Amino acid sequence: MTPAHDRVPRLRTGVRASYDRVRESHVLLFPEGVLVLNPTAAAVVGLCDGRATIADVARTLADEFDGVRTADVAELVARLVERRVVDLDG
Amino acid sequence: MAEAPFGLLAELTHRCPLRCGYCSNPLELVRRRDELSTEQWCSVLDQARALGVLQVHLSGGEPLGRPDLPDLVSRASGLGCYVNLVTSGLGLTSDRLADLAARGLDHVQLSVQDADRRDADRVAGVRAHHHKLVAADLVTGLGLPLTVNVVLHRRNLDHVAGIVALAERMGAQRLELANTQYYGWALRNRAALLPTADQLAAAAPVVAAARERLRGSMEIVYVVADYHEAHPKPCMHGWGARQLTVSPDGTVLPCPAASVITDLEFDTVRDRPLAEIWHDSRSFTAYRGTDWMRDPCRSCARREVDFGGCRCQAFQLTGDAANTDPVCSLSPDRGVVDLVLAAEAPPGAEPDLVPRRAAR
Repeated sequence: MTPAHDRVPRLRTGVRASYDRVRESHVLLFPEGVLVLNPTAAAVVGLCDGRATIADVARTLADEFDGVRTADVAELVARLVERRVVDLDG
Repeated sequence: MAEAPFGLLAELTHRCPLRCGYCSNPLELVRRRDELSTEQWCSVLDQARALGVLQVHLSGGEPLGRPDLPDLVSRASGLGCYVNLVTSGLGLTSDRLADLAARGLDHVQLSVQDADRRDADRVAGVRAHHHKLVAADLVTGLGLPLTVNVVLHRRNLDHVAGIVALAERMGAQRLELANTQYYGWALRNRAALLPTADQLAAAAPVVAAARERLRGSMEIVYVVADYHEAHPKPCMHGWGARQLTVSPDGTVLPCPAASVITDLEFDTVRDRPLAEIWHDSRSFTAYRGTDWMRDPCRSCARREVDFGGCRCQAFQLTGDAANTDPVCSLSPDRGVVDLVLAAEAPPGAEPDLVPRRAAR
C-alpha cells in the first residue's frame, strides 16, 4: 500500500546513506545489507530528512526534474519502507 | 569479471571465552601467534574497500580479544564502511563500547544461547548469560542498533517464545534465529544438536506469530534447519558472489566454513592481493556462477535460486564439493541426510553436547 502524501519519511536507526566510489553509486548501508540506489532513489533518499513530507519531497524534486509525480515518490518510499531502510512518521 | 563483493567477514581471532558445542569454526583453530598483525588487518580493510566491500563484520572467536580492535574499527569506518561488531558480549565494558562507537562502530550483533540463564550458561560452557544482559543495555544505551543472534538446536528450540521475549526486553532491532549449521565443531555434535521434526513443527508457528506481532519494531530472521527441508539453502547467494571471509591467519575463504573442502587450496593475504584472490584464484572461481554444476543442478529451474545449495555440505556428506547439496530432494545422495534423520534420538536420549575446545 502506498503511504499518504502527508507522511514524513526518514532513514531508520542504523541506516546510513553513503556514496560508493567503486560502484559510482549512492548506497544505503544497514545491518547485514547494502542497497545500491539508482539516481532517482538517491535523489528521494537525499530528501528524507525526517521533516519533509512525501509531498514536500516531490515538490523539491519537481524543481529540479521534469515529470515528477507525487504518487511515484510515494511508491518509491513504500518500497524503501518494505526494505526496512525508511520509517514513516506523522 | 565477477561482480564486486559487498561484505567482508573479518575473523580477527579464533580465541573465544565461550565453549559452545554448536561452534561452526573449524576443528583446528588458528593459534594466537599465527594471527595477522594490526598492519596486515589494516591492509586487508584497505584492499577490501578498494575491491568494493561496504560492510565489515568484525568477528571471531571473540573480536574483543584483539587489543587493536579500536584501531580496526577506526580504519574500516574511515574507509566509509558500515562496521558491525559480532560479539559474545564478554569483555564489553561501558568505556570500551563508548570508544568503539566514537570511532564509528555502526551496529552490534550479540550472541545469546538461550532464554534463561541456567540453560544458556550450560550451552556456552561458562557463566556468560548475565554479561549479555549487561552488554545489550550498553549497546542500546548508546543508541546503537542491536541484533541478537541465537543458534537454535534440540536444547533450546522449545524455548523460542522465551528467546523472542528476551530479545524484546534487550531492545533488539533484529533477532536472528538460525538453526545450527553442521560445520566444524558443530558437525561432531550433530546427534546432540539436531532437533526433532516435532520440535521444528512446533517452533514454526511461534516464530511466525512473533514476526507478525513485532512487525515494524523487531525484525525476526529465521534460518531454517536445512536437513529437514526439501530444497537446500541458497548458501552465500552463490559461491564468491557477495561476500568473502578472511580467517585469523589471513586465509581468504568464499564462506566461513570453506576450509572443510580439503581438496581446494585457499590463498592468503600474506601472499596475494585480495582483488586477485577474489577475481582469479582457483578457490573463488571453482564454484562461481553455474558452469561448474552437474545434473540435477545444471538443468534445474532453481539453479539460480539456491545455487546448488552449499558446497561445504556437499563435500562433507558426499566427498565432492561439485555435487548437488545432498539436502536437496533431487540429489542422488539425499539418502545420506535421510539416514541421519532416521537415526534421530528420542527426546532425552540424545548424546551429551561436547563443549568446544579452546584455541591456544
